[in-house]
Amino acid sequence: MQKKIRLPLRDEDIESLKAGDRVLLSGVVYTARDAAHKRMVEQEKEGTPLPVELNGQVLYYTGPTPAKPGEVIGSAGPTTSGRMDLYTPALLEKGLKGMIGKGYRSEEVIASMLKHNAVYFGAVGGAAALIARSIKRAEVVAYEDLGTEAIRKLTIEDFPVFVINDIHGGDIYKDGVAKYKQ
Amino acid sequence: MKEIAYEKIVEEVKTMCMESNYNLGEDVYSAFKQALQTERSETGKEVLTQLIDNADIAKAERVPMCQDTGTAVFMVEVGQDCHIAGGRLVDAINEGVEKGYGEGYLRNSMVYNPMNRKNTGNNTPAIVHIDLVEGEELTLHMTAKGGGAENMSALKMLKPSDGMEGVKEYILSIVKEAGPNACPPLVVGIGIGGNFERCAFLAKKSLFRPLGVRHEDPAVAELELELMEQINRLGIGPQGMGGSTTALDVKVELESCHIAALPVAVNLNCHASRHQTIVMK
Repeated sequence: MQKKIRLPLRDEDIESLKAGDRVLLSGVVYTARDAAHKRMVEQEKEGTPLPVELNGQVLYYTGPTPAKPGEVIGSAGPTTSGRMDLYTPALLEKGLKGMIGKGYRSEEVIASMLKHNAVYFGAVGGAAALIARSIKRAEVVAYEDLGTEAIRKLTIEDFPVFVINDIHGGDIYKDGVAKYKQ
Repeated sequence: MKEIAYEKIVEEVKTMCMESNYNLGEDVYSAFKQALQTERSETGKEVLTQLIDNADIAKAERVPMCQDTGTAVFMVEVGQDCHIAGGRLVDAINEGVEKGYGEGYLRNSMVYNPMNRKNTGNNTPAIVHIDLVEGEELTLHMTAKGGGAENMSALKMLKPSDGMEGVKEYILSIVKEAGPNACPPLVVGIGIGGNFERCAFLAKKSLFRPLGVRHEDPAVAELELELMEQINRLGIGPQGMGGSTTALDVKVELESCHIAALPVAVNLNCHASRHQTIVMK
């Protein structure tokens, strides 16, 4: 079954999502990966306001390839989320409601997601050319000096993801593997 | 003596960088199609379908199949009767990488050094392994190696008493630990023997062998198939969400080692197993 959800995420949307669900997301997401996370959390510690308001928003962990002339963006699939784990609880504290990436999250991040009613989506790693088709607009909104790692505001339409961790304790990486292990 | 021009190498390398990132090899593409027939999980089938569509789009539009366009790794065989004219071989390769990644709209993913982490801005340096062989040909094997799967790779110096059972157990533990992070379905490259650095090299080298091609030694070929079966029983599946396709293939290379040693290296490759070969004569 495939659900369609418009961002920003409403509480009832988050409530309804179950690990393993296929979802098509539409609306606005912000990109950030290693370097942008490090800088955001350093700024937060210094008391400098974040360059984007994360309250209620969704972050997409990606570092796209350069756009060809006339294109919105280059290829833009998910990167490994675990590298952001160190910084994630601080951003969930600020009201971040969703993350799109791939791969395991730490126990600490999962606990923080449960505490703050946030959901973790997985996009298909390596399906970057396909995923780019669902990105309709892209603009760098912060940390331009970081190049591919800058924060971009993306407008997405029917962006394909799976729910990895829901707010009910479901985890498709655990549940799915248990089902097919021989 | 055969002469090969520096500029010719630059051009060939440039083409290899672009083609490897746009055109998924027929071997991997066929493996996706095959896996779609046998995969038991519906989620797994959906992932494989997306990967097939993605490969089609990348090829048709000449865009990178993955945003991680990789570290450019080269295995070069230099015929000892060939002469490279006009400059150093490694410089020619790096110049080709710079052109290929720049003109091909590929991502620059290399930093100067791990301490400053500043991007070099042209995806160089390439990692180049050179082997001197007979003849006058120059053969370049190239792979664009993604960071996610490389990060989950590992090496261990086992004891000879651990035996082949210990080797298999270790390999399975690494694939299990990698789970979704290495972007399964994987190609699992394994080095057994040699010494510390040679073992890692063997694991990398094994990944250059096309999918479906078994090791020439029947005993090693059998080990590859046995490991593949065991890995696919782990249940990790496409993207780690559960399923029967965890590895598209398993490759093993082995070499002599010290009487006290049993080195094992596991070099994981994501499904975007991008490799190209060119022979210059």
